[in-house]
Amino acid sequence: MNRILLMILAAAALVAVPFIGVPPYWLHIMIVILIWSFAYTGWSVMGRFGLVSLGHGAFMGIGAYGTALLWNHAGLTPWIGIPISLLLAAAFALLIGYPCFKYRIIGHYFALVTLALSVIIGQVIVATRDHTGGSLGYTPEPHGGEGFSIYALQFPEKAHFYLIALGAWVIGLIIWRAVDRSMARYALEAISEDEDASAAVGVQVTKEKLKITVLSAVMTAFAGAMYCQYQLFVSPDTVAGVGISLQIVFAVVAGGIYTQFGPTVGAIITIVLAEVLRINIGELEHLLGFRPFGLDNTIYGIMLVLFIIFLPKGVLGTFLEKYLRPAKA
Amino acid sequence: MLEIKGVTAGYGDFTALFNADIEVKAGEAVAVIGPNGAGKSTLMRAISGMIPLKGGAVTMEGQDTRSIPPHKIVELGIAHVPENRRLFPRMSVEENLRVGCYAPPFRAKFSERLEFVYELFPRMKERRDQLAGTMSGGEQQMCAIGRALMSDPKILLMDEPSAGLAPVIVQQVFDLIRRIRSDGLTVLIVEQNVQQVLKVVDRAYLLEAGSIRHSGSSEELLGSEDIRKAYIGV
Repeated sequence: MNRILLMILAAAALVAVPFIGVPPYWLHIMIVILIWSFAYTGWSVMGRFGLVSLGHGAFMGIGAYGTALLWNHAGLTPWIGIPISLLLAAAFALLIGYPCFKYRIIGHYFALVTLALSVIIGQVIVATRDHTGGSLGYTPEPHGGEGFSIYALQFPEKAHFYLIALGAWVIGLIIWRAVDRSMARYALEAISEDEDASAAVGVQVTKEKLKITVLSAVMTAFAGAMYCQYQLFVSPDTVAGVGISLQIVFAVVAGGIYTQFGPTVGAIITIVLAEVLRINIGELEHLLGFRPFGLDNTIYGIMLVLFIIFLPKGVLGTFLEKYLRPAKA
Repeated sequence: MLEIKGVTAGYGDFTALFNADIEVKAGEAVAVIGPNGAGKSTLMRAISGMIPLKGGAVTMEGQDTRSIPPHKIVELGIAHVPENRRLFPRMSVEENLRVGCYAPPFRAKFSERLEFVYELFPRMKERRDQLAGTMSGGEQQMCAIGRALMSDPKILLMDEPSAGLAPVIVQQVFDLIRRIRSDGLTVLIVEQNVQQVLKVVDRAYLLEAGSIRHSGSSEELLGSEDIRKAYIGV
């Protein structure tokens, strides 16, 4: 009962955020955190079963660029463009997943194959710069009217997009929970421990892995589409490619790969860190004598190593284990 | 029930099993004995569809299994207890058993089968929440057998159930097999522990260097001078 009350209060507080005079900058940070939380949650639904993908930057890019390109070039409303982009992401997930799972490419090798997908999608965006804007980025055309447009899914008012991102974030958490409580979870855990033994007792290894990979890819692509519609600007550095793939993995590991809110905590950590570095880059330059470009990635890298060694369950996972419930047998 | 006709199988260019003929009738317990590297595990993997056949055919109750994927072979009623048990070590005993019942046709029977397995192995009920990898070898073997029984199989394939276990535990495992048998389940066991296994099965085949060299009732094989000398050592 208490739990339900708490959830209702938390939901009310979150919905109220844009109406209580939160400064636009903070609202912006919250929207970005919600969108990335959704992407991270999408990664973690497969990552928690040992399916470590370094290809999710590609899926995110497909969602973002697909939506923007279909709107600009084909005049398709995101209401149609987003589903098409999601289908495209699902197709890529199948394209890369099926041969990997069929021929038992697992663990590090799977990570490497998916890394290649990130590289390829990143390169394709840069190489087709006449259509995609290349590394300079790409802007979906404004809808050409005043205020917001439901047809174009463009909302100049941050409050509107905040509510959309909040809704998506909740749906992401619901999907995470549904996977956690499904029968497929047992099969996927078994597969992550021993593929042969799972097959021997009747688990369809390839099919189970494909299902979760497609779900994960589609979720991440949807995050990309949301990012595109919110920022109305996409570039390979911000939504596609290797850097994003690594950021996704880092954030989820940092937050907690096995807990429902772990990816959200990871998003808070990474985005706050990136903002702090961005705001203070001038002072850092003064201090160091050079402009520390790529400092955030360096810190991510160091922290990733430290987390894997000292806090493999992430910040939230470790906290929950220590303080909230006795260690599960 | 299970018929293996002229089966040749192996890995890549390597052939480990040549032209094997084995038959298991309903209600029988049959062993395939032989030394290390004779092709025993290859035979088991060929039956359960884990590796493709290079020749011959496996039929289960008249149905050719050649084009059937492993998970569908389980649905035909063939359950496999793999060599070295191959439990899911970081899952609890009950979760391991749940995976054994994962294929859609079995799911509805989960609680019924769970009760059956717990009745057969009360120890597993006591340890239901324990991580499978933290149990003793004998308990893990029980769990592996239990996991295979969750799909209510018609025939149980057991690959070296005594491997890596202390002698006292080996004795317990064979007692278990005797009990499973007496429930009327058909069993095909592959074993190196020839003396023990011949006491619990009706018939046996001797597999050497990939070929069936000999077959007969347990008494015949136990009485055979060659087998006593080579495999029992008395």
